[in-house]
Amino acid sequence: MAILSSRKVVKRFGGLVAVNDFDLEVQERSIHSVIGPNGAGKTTFFNCVTGFYLPEGGEIALDGHMLVGLRPDRITRLGISRTYQNIRLFNNMTGLENIQVGEEPHLRAGIVGAVLRTRRVRQEEHETLEEARRLLRYVGLAGHGDLLAKNLPYGSQRRLEIARALAGKPKLLLLDEPTAGMNTQETVEMTAFIRRLRDELGITILLIEHDMRVVMGISETVTVLDYGEKIAEGPPSEIQKNPRVIEAYLGRGSAARMN
Amino acid sequence: MTTKHSSPFVTALRLGAIAGGIAVLLSLMGMVETFNQRDIVQGVISVGILLLVAISVIFGATTARTLSETQVSVRLGASALVGAVGELFLVGLVLLGQQVNLRPVFPNASPELWALLQFGLSAPQSYLAMLGFGAVCGILGAGLTLLSRRFRGPVIVGVMAVFMIGLLEDLIGITIASNPMFASSQAVAAAKKFLLAGGVETGLTKAGAVAVFLVAAVVAFLWPFLRRVARSRTQSMTAGRQHTLALVFYGVFVVILLILPQFLGPYLTDVSNSVMIFTLMALGLNIVVGFAGLLDLGYVAFFAIGAYTMGVLTTTAVGGESGQIVWGPGLSFWAALPFAVLFSFSAGVLLGIPVLRMRGDYLAIVTLGFGEIVRILALSDALKPNTGGSQGIVEPAIPTLGRLTASLSTQQLYYYLLLACVGLVIFIAIRLRDSRQGRSWMAVREDEDVAQAMGVRLVSTKLLAFASGAAMAGLAGAVFASKVGSIYPHSFDLLKSINVLAIVIVGGMGSIPGVILGSLVLFGLPELLREFSEYRYFVFGAVLVAMMLIRPEGLWPSAKRKQELHEALGSGSEPAPETAVSPGGAGSA
Repeated sequence: MAILSSRKVVKRFGGLVAVNDFDLEVQERSIHSVIGPNGAGKTTFFNCVTGFYLPEGGEIALDGHMLVGLRPDRITRLGISRTYQNIRLFNNMTGLENIQVGEEPHLRAGIVGAVLRTRRVRQEEHETLEEARRLLRYVGLAGHGDLLAKNLPYGSQRRLEIARALAGKPKLLLLDEPTAGMNTQETVEMTAFIRRLRDELGITILLIEHDMRVVMGISETVTVLDYGEKIAEGPPSEIQKNPRVIEAYLGRGSAARMN
Repeated sequence: MTTKHSSPFVTALRLGAIAGGIAVLLSLMGMVETFNQRDIVQGVISVGILLLVAISVIFGATTARTLSETQVSVRLGASALVGAVGELFLVGLVLLGQQVNLRPVFPNASPELWALLQFGLSAPQSYLAMLGFGAVCGILGAGLTLLSRRFRGPVIVGVMAVFMIGLLEDLIGITIASNPMFASSQAVAAAKKFLLAGGVETGLTKAGAVAVFLVAAVVAFLWPFLRRVARSRTQSMTAGRQHTLALVFYGVFVVILLILPQFLGPYLTDVSNSVMIFTLMALGLNIVVGFAGLLDLGYVAFFAIGAYTMGVLTTTAVGGESGQIVWGPGLSFWAALPFAVLFSFSAGVLLGIPVLRMRGDYLAIVTLGFGEIVRILALSDALKPNTGGSQGIVEPAIPTLGRLTASLSTQQLYYYLLLACVGLVIFIAIRLRDSRQGRSWMAVREDEDVAQAMGVRLVSTKLLAFASGAAMAGLAGAVFASKVGSIYPHSFDLLKSINVLAIVIVGGMGSIPGVILGSLVLFGLPELLREFSEYRYFVFGAVLVAMMLIRPEGLWPSAKRKQELHEALGSGSEPAPETAVSPGGAGSA
């Protein structure tokens, strides 16, 4: 069952076509990677899914809900969450506070309740905090919740961002280069963690990645973008050998030279 | 950083030139002369001379700090040089001024100024004295940096205490004299005689200055110990007892606030009232700028709306004759107050709608425009029948407290009213800050797009911020209108918006205690130092620039609240570094 399906999505910036006629189907509970050289349109596509960009054409649907034209917070409430290529945490807020903001789709307290601190609000605040602590533990940052996000080391920041994304209890998690800037050991840990997310929480994961070890290691399906167009799609083993893919990364003629 | 930029000599020359430039500027502006009329310590040093001392001390300290990699002797020498070079500029000024008539351009360039700068001596001894004076002050500044932190703090506190008390000496004298309780006390009279030189603008006695310095410095020195002792004592108590202790402290604090008007006397109570009105506004703007990061430069509009609502609804000067408005229901103060707050709240929503998509500078300009629109509308002839145009509205209602009203003076009446308002607004602000709404606001401040991606509804979040801030300003405006007794459009100009913003920035954006401190410093002090009002905005601007250079996080930055950790990691958790939002965080780039 496809949880996310995009059909003929087109995104232009002036004369530049960043994403062209892009079709994508992400199966529920799968780990699906989108790869391609820099500038291929991968993050642009993510931004179209999350509502940050409005595509010029095409449809995107999550579980049947049409997403194009909806506001980003509405899309998030439908069950999509994401992390960012360059980490975008709320720097001057603590780790716990970051996660608590992530829980927003499930919170109800209003300002009147906030000022009066009614029982319901107090209850919700308590639960919010407990949930944030739980997520912090889950990503391995227990005890560091009171540090300001900007003071956390890089790897912890990445994990915090994932915790924040998980706080909304999404059905679909978009991870934009989650292992960027990590060494081998950290990459291995992150890869295992991503698999855990899917296995334990049943979340569908759509991944943008450059690190082929990660892509080949955990993806079930790989979609390849080049200059905004899909040039290949399939299981990792096929993609590795696909000549068009090789050329996209290594230049024209590389595929021939490799044989 | 061990890169050597330039030799100590060049550094000293550079900094000395800057110091000299500042000294010349302040002299030609007339600040030194005017301030010279008031003594800090009678017969020893006046505020004017203190200004020159401060320049050399500060630049001496800066030099020493810049050259912190070099030997002590080099640092001292450089600092002395800086002070001397600074004074050299003044020497040059005096020489020039005595030859050339600078008065057409600089009216303050008078023989009196030259005499003052030369310490009443005559050339050439005076020039030597000036250079020596500069050198000594520079060395003093360097000496400060050499002191260990434990001693430097108390020294600075001691000097500040002498400065403050000397500055406010006659005000203190008047307050004591006008207070029946103190005036009759022997002990108070004796203390006064010892410390204060009596008379106008005479400052402290020499013995008094020494005493004040010692007491303040000793207290500052012991403070860390006392704090540590208090902290360990309270932490060893049970939670219940801690709670009780906190309540007792708050209780005592509240009681002090309640009886304060008795001690302050009418003038100071009135000053407190003005400060509290600004505090209300600053607390509101703190929500808009400090929490949500929306740079609102037209904040005074909401203050005006609150004031005008109170005016229109309560004034009895209705009837359409010249200078009067045509419609006014003549409500009581209390009946009109909720309307004022409500209208301001609505105005916050209305004015927020057009700017929802704007960020940073654009938001600032547009809100500034709105502020001006409101003022011009109030001033306009078109609305004159309802707002009184340039003649404004007079005779708004005074709040009444039933039987209590008669026993309180006007100042005291507004004092308690404002105290209640400030208390309420602080309470609301704290509750909001620590709530889901507060976190949403801060998320919007940090990164609006990501906040939205996390599910935060930007429209309602931003509008709520504007509206809450506006309501608080409206409250302030309503009380202001009643207190001042008349509502003129000129009171609601751009400068007021900027003043309130300055309080929020100087106090510490997003910090509630910081904002209160900011109002005291930026508005309490100038009110107390009325005679310096000519230079008020100069000092204001200088303070702002200095704050941004030295301490951009504000006087009392918001500390990240620490939550109790139930899980202790093996390595333990490091304490959250105290920082606040930097001014650059307001509105995303």
